[in-house]
Amino acid sequence: MQRDLIESALKGHEADYVEVRLEESRSTSVRYRGKELEEISQPVSSGGNVRALVRGGWGFVSFNEPGHLREKVGLAVAHARHVGRGATSFAATEPAVDVLNETAAKDCSAIALAEKKRLAEEYNEIVLSTPRVETSVVAYRDRRRRVVFASSEGSYIEQSNSDLALRVAAMARDGGDVQQSGLSTGSRGDFGQVEGLHQQVRETALRAVELLSAPRVSSGEHWVVLDPILAGVFVHEAFGHLSEADFTYENERMRQIMVVGRRFGGDHLNIVDGAAVPGLRGSYRYDDEGVPAARTYLVKEGVLVGRLHSRETAAKMAEPVTGNARAVDYHHPPIVRMTNTFIEAGQASFDGMVGEIKEGVYVKNWYGGTTSMEMFTFSAAEAYAIRNGRVAELLRPVVLSGNIFTTLENVDAIGDDLQMNQGGGCGKSGQAPLPVSNGSPHIRIRRCLIGGA
Amino acid sequence: MSDPLKSRIEQVLLMAGKRAQEAEVFVGSVDDTPVVFEANRLKQLQTNRGMLVALRIVRDGKLGFATATSLDDIGSLVDRAVDISHFGAPARFELPSGQEYPRVSVYDREAETFDVDAMVELGQSLIARVREHTPDLLCDASVGRGAALVHVMNSRGGEASFTRSYFGLALEGTLIRGTDILFVGDSESSCHPIRDVDWLVKSTVNQLELSRRQAALTTGHMPVIFTPHGVVSALIAPLAAAFNGRVVLQGVSPLMNRTGEQVFSPELSLRDDATVAYRPRSRPCDDEGMPSRVIPLVEHGVVSGFIYDLQTAALAGTRSTGSGDRAGASLPSPSVSNLVVQTGKTGFEDMVRGLDEGLVVEQLMGATQTNVLGGDFSGNVLLGYKVEKGEMVGRVKDTVVSGNVYQALSAAIAVGREARWVGAVHTPAILCPDLAVGVKG
Ligand SMILES: [Zn+2]
Repeated sequence: MQRDLIESALKGHEADYVEVRLEESRSTSVRYRGKELEEISQPVSSGGNVRALVRGGWGFVSFNEPGHLREKVGLAVAHARHVGRGATSFAATEPAVDVLNETAAKDCSAIALAEKKRLAEEYNEIVLSTPRVETSVVAYRDRRRRVVFASSEGSYIEQSNSDLALRVAAMARDGGDVQQSGLSTGSRGDFGQVEGLHQQVRETALRAVELLSAPRVSSGEHWVVLDPILAGVFVHEAFGHLSEADFTYENERMRQIMVVGRRFGGDHLNIVDGAAVPGLRGSYRYDDEGVPAARTYLVKEGVLVGRLHSRETAAKMAEPVTGNARAVDYHHPPIVRMTNTFIEAGQASFDGMVGEIKEGVYVKNWYGGTTSMEMFTFSAAEAYAIRNGRVAELLRPVVLSGNIFTTLENVDAIGDDLQMNQGGGCGKSGQAPLPVSNGSPHIRIRRCLIGGA
Repeated sequence: MSDPLKSRIEQVLLMAGKRAQEAEVFVGSVDDTPVVFEANRLKQLQTNRGMLVALRIVRDGKLGFATATSLDDIGSLVDRAVDISHFGAPARFELPSGQEYPRVSVYDREAETFDVDAMVELGQSLIARVREHTPDLLCDASVGRGAALVHVMNSRGGEASFTRSYFGLALEGTLIRGTDILFVGDSESSCHPIRDVDWLVKSTVNQLELSRRQAALTTGHMPVIFTPHGVVSALIAPLAAAFNGRVVLQGVSPLMNRTGEQVFSPELSLRDDATVAYRPRSRPCDDEGMPSRVIPLVEHGVVSGFIYDLQTAALAGTRSTGSGDRAGASLPSPSVSNLVVQTGKTGFEDMVRGLDEGLVVEQLMGATQTNVLGGDFSGNVLLGYKVEKGEMVGRVKDTVVSGNVYQALSAAIAVGREARWVGAVHTPAILCPDLAVGVKG
């Protein structure tokens, strides 16, 4: 749709603010399940939405067919008026006019379907040819998307970019005992970053078999070392979600708990979120409210110094906008989300961290994670016993659990080996999977609660 | 089925029929209107309309597939399906010809057309009544209504369509004392309008009452009662995976080759039932046009069936159970509809009274983010209560529960007499006599 049509549809409504988002995407999905090519497809999707703000109330209209756009804007404004009963607070930002066409080094949109299928097939064959592996899942998915954003304040932004995710899982069975192991990775559309993983895929498959004879760890508190991948999931769940201001801005007591200046961890703890780091899955130039991306310290030297905002939450809390309003697609309004979240590198060495532990657990890789703000869980796909300062035998996967007010304080060492993890995605309020990345160096946590046997 | 839509689908079939031996068109559309409350106040009103068109073809024995979000450009839809068929997997199944469908009531016009102002009032009274009990509670809530249309037609004369209405109420309350955060709330859904909030208020107030005090357990093994919410948060995902024909075919269901075997306690019976009247997951047919029916999965602890769609059924040498489900723009795959756990003999009060020390789990957070295929569950007790000498004495925190459904549900479990819907699962409480509980101490 033409820019002048969109801009004219936005004009002359009685609203404090109106925005239009139109989106077109083309995806590729290739999935092997065991020997079967379960799915190969290239879905196309187009649609959009209108969001309007009147006296603090929001109206939202989503659709596939962008015709009669002015009427759709009218409906969103009527909805907003229907619910708006207070005062609007919405942070001012400079309207932006920009066209951004981002292509990765080896952008997935330029790769032939046959090549994507071949790569998935190669990884699948490695898994299936591993002795005692019962079956596999290899799922490749990419999406090239063009989003047009225009607002009643005069912003007009076109952003095109790609996102890509690869998941490999191996399953092994011994009678009724089934074990699985997985590898999850992705990139901001760069196909090159998921090529050449043959060795990692082989190791993943071997681990599924090894797990069949691995013992379970006992439930209770353990001294644990987290690898950079799991520590990234940890920081996302333990602190990232709590930093999203939409849980705090209307909650007076939460504002007191999450007050700037509160200490959450030791001086060695620094946590950052930001989309303004190029080339990662959570990177972008403008968020879904047209606000430029930033890089925000959440924790500096153990103390809360900032949080993530949309224009509405920033205004209500009188804090600067951070460009963290994101929508997973046109079916949903933007909400406050993370982008690329990480713990900055410290000074401890991995050997040093493990060396000081007489009895503990080394946890690696991830299954998932979730949070209720105060309490959170994050699950390791790999666990190893630590005995007398050395990493010892493989254990069954474990779910770790924490409490925001004690677990970050119990982080007693932060490594010097920061790595970003590009696998998976984030879910919130029914919007999933949103591309994000997270990262950390190795970290060590005292008295971490583990659910085991 | 409306005539313009039907004739458009027929055009696609005709066009596809010139380039492929078989074709199937699926059209699903939704129209829903949620009213959203945030921090006790009315915040947002939405109208969401969406459509998905999926074309599946069989060309020289191979599957082709394409999807779109409108029926405008059917030429490109057919072209893309043909392109994909060059890479596609062999089609192992036959599309169904004309079928007899059961009568399944899933539409109530009053739900689809429910007045928006009345929805706003419902949400307001819900929040007001819960806050009468606990004025400090901060509530997010939603009241939603809508309708979904499904049409499936294929080149073998198979044709099905239905419209389903939807109505839902949900509440989540947050109560903060010091640095302690308590989450309470519940939700309710139906194809009928839900006109009173009594039940939801009662359920939430009950959680608030039980959470007034805190109590602590010590790490060890103990009896754990899962309330219906607890059952859904911990035990259902591993079972839904194990009964999925896709998982069986892959050779990684712990239940494969065990039909007729006593795997679980005789107290446990479980079925998948897409025919329950006026439930939002019910339907007369699945997304491939196969008739819905009741599928017994466990009868008195004995494994009695699995769920299949067309492709997995053909690969397994059996018949589709009408369980083909399309998630987003994906090909159909087997999925449970309404899972129903048969009620047992023990009242919930009696379960609690019978325990000297134990735990009631209402919500186990993160429980399914582990080796679900192997039957494992492990999570943090987001909401749960300590039982001491037959009484719930307070809310526990910083507590984890873990186990494996094949061990937990083959033990001497007790199944509750009172069941309720939690989303698409109808279940009573289940008492597991011995589970590992870890506590931060
Ligand atoms: Zn997340």
